[in-house]
Order: sequence, then C-alpha cells, then structure tokens
Amino acid sequence: MTALVVAEHNNQELKPVTLNTVTAALGLDQEVHVLIAGNACSAVAEEAAKVSGVAKVLLVESGAYENFLAENIATLVSNISGDYDYILAPTTTNGKNVMPRVAALQDVSQISDISAIESSDTFQRPIYAGNCIATVKSKDSKKIITVRNTAFDAAAASGGSAEIITLEEINDAGISKFVKEEIAESDRPELTAADVIISGGRGMQNGDNFSILEGIADKLGAAIGASRAAVDSGFVPNDYQVGQTGKIVAPDLYIAVGISGAIQHLAGMKDSKVIVAINKDEDAPIFQVADYGLVADLFEAMPELESKI
Amino acid sequence: MKILVPIKRVVDYNVKVRPKSDETGVDLNNVKMAMNPFCEIAVEEAVRLKEAGKAEEIIAVTIGASSSQEQLRTALALGADRAILVETEVEAEPLGISKLLKSIVDKESPDLIILGKQAIDGDNNQTGQMLGALTGFSQATFASEVNLEGDSLSVTREIDGGLQTLDINLPAIVTTDLRLNEPRYASLPNIMKAKSKPLDVIPAADLGVDISPRLETIKVTLPAEREAGVIVETVDELIDKLKNEAKVIS
Repeated sequence: MTALVVAEHNNQELKPVTLNTVTAALGLDQEVHVLIAGNACSAVAEEAAKVSGVAKVLLVESGAYENFLAENIATLVSNISGDYDYILAPTTTNGKNVMPRVAALQDVSQISDISAIESSDTFQRPIYAGNCIATVKSKDSKKIITVRNTAFDAAAASGGSAEIITLEEINDAGISKFVKEEIAESDRPELTAADVIISGGRGMQNGDNFSILEGIADKLGAAIGASRAAVDSGFVPNDYQVGQTGKIVAPDLYIAVGISGAIQHLAGMKDSKVIVAINKDEDAPIFQVADYGLVADLFEAMPELESKI
Repeated sequence: MKILVPIKRVVDYNVKVRPKSDETGVDLNNVKMAMNPFCEIAVEEAVRLKEAGKAEEIIAVTIGASSSQEQLRTALALGADRAILVETEVEAEPLGISKLLKSIVDKESPDLIILGKQAIDGDNNQTGQMLGALTGFSQATFASEVNLEGDSLSVTREIDGGLQTLDINLPAIVTTDLRLNEPRYASLPNIMKAKSKPLDVIPAADLGVDISPRLETIKVTLPAEREAGVIVETVDELIDKLKNEAKVIS
C-alpha cells in the first residue's frame, strides 16, 4: 500500500504545509511518495527527499506544470495514480483547485479537508463551517484526500534520504494560460506558517487602522490576519482572511482585535494554542473561546500593548 | 453566449446547526433554508454579464428534492431566464452532482458555467473542478474578477498569498469567491415575474447516471469545545499572563 503526496511548492522551495500532509500520509501506515511537479524545480525535489519518512520523490519538470494549472496537473496526477491507494494534498488553494479534478478523472469521491484519520478508510472532517464534525467512511478503492494542515504535525524536514525519480509524463491541455501572479510582498510570516497571528475585525473601523496592529506584529514576529467582516468591508485584501472560507490557522498565540467571533471565524482559528481577545463588547462570542479576554477600546488598548510588550 | 449556473439549496448561513441526538446527521428540522451564498454570487455574475450585453441566456440548474424549486425561483427573480431541477431524493455527493450536471451540459451546450466555490453545508469545494474533469473544460476557481471579451475569458483568482490571473478558453468553468461581486436583492416585481418563467423538472433517474454515494457517514458530532478562559482587567495583566502563565511571549 502506497500513498502519494502532491507537494506544494513555488519551484524554489517546498511549502511547509507539505510536511503536515506527509504526516497524514504516514498516519495511514503507508509507504509515502512525494510528487514534485513544476518547472526547473529539482532543488525542491532534493528538499523533499530529505523529509523524514518519505520513501521516494517523483520529479516532473515542464513549462506545462510551472504555474500548477489544474487541467495539466490533474491529468498528470491521474495518469500516475495507478499504483497508489491514497493520493493526498494539503487543503491549500492549489490542493483545492487540483484534487477534485483528479478525483473525477479517477471516478472517486474526494474526502475534503480531513482533520483526523480513524482507520484506513474512515476519516473525520469539519462540515457546516466547523460547527459539526462528520466521520465518513470511503467505499472507493482509491482514496483521494485533502488534508487540513493544522490538524497534523509537520514531518521533520530532515533525516530522510529518498530516491528521486524523474518522470517524463508531460500533459499540456492548452486550454488555460497563466498570465500573472500578484503575491503580497511582506517581511512578515505567512498566515498559515506563523507562530503568532494578530487579526483585526470590523471593530478596526477602516483599513488605515490596521496600521495599529503592525507595530505589535513587528515586535512579536506575527502575521496579520482579519475576519471575514473586515474583508467584506474592504478594510484588507481577501488573503488576510482567517475563517472557514479563508485560511485555517493554529498558531501558538492568536490575538483577535475588534473581532466579535462569528462561527465562521472561530472555525478558522479555534485550534490555536492560546487565544487572546480584545473587544469593547463584553458579550462578544469571541470571549467564549479566548484564554485571555480584555474588555477594552482597542484604540486605547493596542497602543498601550505595543509600548509595553 | 449561454451561461449555466448550478446552484444549491442549503441551510441559511445564519443558522447554527447541531447534530441529531442519534448522531446520524445534522438536525435540519424546521431550519431555514436558502440559496448557498457562493451560488448567489454566481447568479449575480451571470446576470451582470447579461446586462453588459455579453451573454444572451442564463440557465439556473440545481440537483435536489422538489423543495429546491424555491431557490431556482430566487435565481429566476435575480435574472436567470429559465431553470432546471434535476429531481432526486438522494443526497448526492459532488461526484454524483457533477455527473448529473455533465448530462445537462451535454443537452444545453453552455459556453460558460459559473458556480459557487463551495456549499456551506458540506464545505467540499469539489463540484466545479469535478465538472471540469468530466467535461474537459478549462477551469478558474475562486474568482474575484471575471473579464469576458468575445471568446476571451480572463479570470483573477484568490490564491494563498495573493491573486493569480489566468486566460482560459471557452467553454469554461468559473467558481466564485467572496469578493467577486455583491449580490443584489430580488425586487418584488421580479419575484412576481419569476413565477411565470420556465422551470423544467427532470427526474435524475432519467439521466442514466450512477449517483449512489461512495462515502458513508458514520456519525456527525459536535467539535471539541474550547473552554472560556479568564477576563483580564488591564493591558499589564494581559502581558503578565502571556509571559508568565501561557509563556507565549518573552
């Protein structure tokens, strides 16, 4: 029994979420292979070969795979899926984009965003924005799975010495073309990889006020996030969004500022180790999940916090 | 240009659902139902393309029980021209749903299919991509901007860390993200008008597609609850707790 992990990378380095997916794959008691599909990405394959527990790395390099276009990658994964009992990818925008296409090509019902493995065919996954947890058993012989990275520890990035095998399986459907990518440049850590996150909500009142969070984020080495309400109000871009329809995070410290704590936001951050809530409404639901709550006007509390931290 | 908009009837997003006491599923008794919010965005985008003179016809389609006609009427009130209900009592999975949608695509030959990126009940985020695989169409998921000029479709997608723009060939599948647009409310005259627009009902069995579930729900439970902590009185006390009790800052 063998599992294939479809790696997340940017042709230069392996994204840390891949390591959590490797752990999930190892949790299925499988031989684990990692697919590195991209262009000029052999360094990523070498990085993946060092990941503890990985038995084999498959490397495919082509311009057709450079930007991870769903049509091309899904056909590739489907074509090489024959030997695998499990195919897993992290629940990232890439994983979500590609894996259902693989699943339909293989006539398999995908199991999305698993948060726990109960047995070789039974998994837990959140439904209804995390309000309920469904335990589902797959009857398909092949299992196609996306993995909630916060629910699995990262595999060790070193210690392995997997064999790297180069594949010549090139598929270019020629029906979609990459034009450009605008990745927000930031010195701060990525939301899904940060140890500390400070998020603002509707209580921030406008986008300019998010600068109040920046000083503290700099001091703590934190990423800055936002609630859906703040994104919907146009304060900050969508990639700041923490929640069921945004990013799922579980840092060591999560500071929620001016966030009421709607269900869909809590679904995205309630696995954080320590949660701090700062809100002037003492009845805000966020206080029901916070380890430490401070009922205060954020425009007074945040400058004080910044100066004293 | 013909646009197909598959939609779904789901529990209203304001409702906090709970598992049934026997844990066999989610308790949907007397719960308010509505069109999935991402589907509303899909309908809105199609209507805007039609209003801009870039599309001639919008067909709303759903897979579900007879009660789903209510959401199709909403889509008609928002601007869809006609609607199709593929009727089944089976709670089909995204794979089965996309197979049924493929049958509708074969009949209707749309140039563009716009649908929500996920339904807020199952949170699967699969149907659009699966339909892409079954039809062989191009796909652009999680769209925050759609530009259609003649045969050329440019879509900006919400991806981790930023935005990505793709040019994709028609026929194409686009799934909607939150910021694509702000859906309108249906006006009363349009709600009245929608009642006389065509709504075809096709029994799912007539489409000859196997939609039997592949996943068995063993149980549905509440997530582990997090216990509320303490309320601190001052910023100083908060910093003290974080340093000395939680030890998450130094």
